[in-house]
Amino acid sequence: MTSSRKISLLVLAAALLAAAPLALPIQGSFTGSDDAAREAISATGYTPWFTPLWRPPGPEVESLLFALQAAIGAGGLGYVLGRLHGRSRRQ
Amino acid sequence: MRAHAFPGGVTRGTETRSRPVAGGGVRRRYEVDLMHIMEGFLPVGHAAAWTAIAAPFVGFGARRVVRQLRQRPEDRLALGAAGAFVFVLSALKLPSVTGSCSHPTGTGLGAMSFGPPVMAVLGTIVLLFQALLLAHGGLTTLGANVMSMAVAGPWTAWAVWRLAMRAGARKGLAVFLGATLGDLATYVVTSAQLALAFPGEAGTGAAFVKFAAIFAVTQVPLAVAEGLLTVAVMAALEGKGVLEGGRA
Repeated sequence: MTSSRKISLLVLAAALLAAAPLALPIQGSFTGSDDAAREAISATGYTPWFTPLWRPPGPEVESLLFALQAAIGAGGLGYVLGRLHGRSRRQ
Repeated sequence: MRAHAFPGGVTRGTETRSRPVAGGGVRRRYEVDLMHIMEGFLPVGHAAAWTAIAAPFVGFGARRVVRQLRQRPEDRLALGAAGAFVFVLSALKLPSVTGSCSHPTGTGLGAMSFGPPVMAVLGTIVLLFQALLLAHGGLTTLGANVMSMAVAGPWTAWAVWRLAMRAGARKGLAVFLGATLGDLATYVVTSAQLALAFPGEAGTGAAFVKFAAIFAVTQVPLAVAEGLLTVAVMAALEGKGVLEGGRA
């Protein structure tokens, strides 16, 4: 098996593994909740003594920022792989 | 925050059970990200202690990064790739079989390529990004989160990978085991940190078992996915002749 085919298969397997729970009949909303988690620890009588300096104003902005983080990472990884690919071709 | 049903031991009584919500389905009522402990959610003493423990790892890692770049400037690209991998993976909140979401860490790749100390720095950068911009994790809990994601995970990945290689495992298998177990180690350490801070009435041991049991089911499939992806990216980088692995 060629190396690039092996890589494709590995990525595909990882993607299937990540997607599988959505296809299975699993109860749950696949979300977490900041408020609920806060409530859970607070129920022990604990009061947080520090709050985030800034938090995203809403779920849309939050997912925008998560997407930004993924984009920065994917962009960087793609840039490096592309450059290395170009370099190895020149040689 | 995003992920994981919250273990019952942490709150009193039965309040933590899943309860029916409007619309029919059972929604897990209490969920918390077992990976990044939220801002302010460690008692002051714990937060200070974890920060003090984490600081030398990050400092030592920073010196290693500087030394690495001075000795092998050509590693700049590959180091960037390792950091980028952490950025992508820790932004991906993936659904898991428990009905909640969690995200992988991506720290194994760099740990196996450049050694665990370097990942203390790259992991801290990602944690800071998430703490400041996403209110995911926090500044007071940064030390604890650095210890789990940027220290325990990478060291576990590196150690497992080295042991597997020494035991004669094929390279791909060794990388897979390292990345998968490194991912899991991060969550084990976070469970322990939360159990120490919030032992509940049952005690630290019982709290840890509860945290760990719940995280394990959520995290195992994601850890396996991270293992597969790490093998793929490692192979792609090595195919270009940059990463040899094992230089650390």
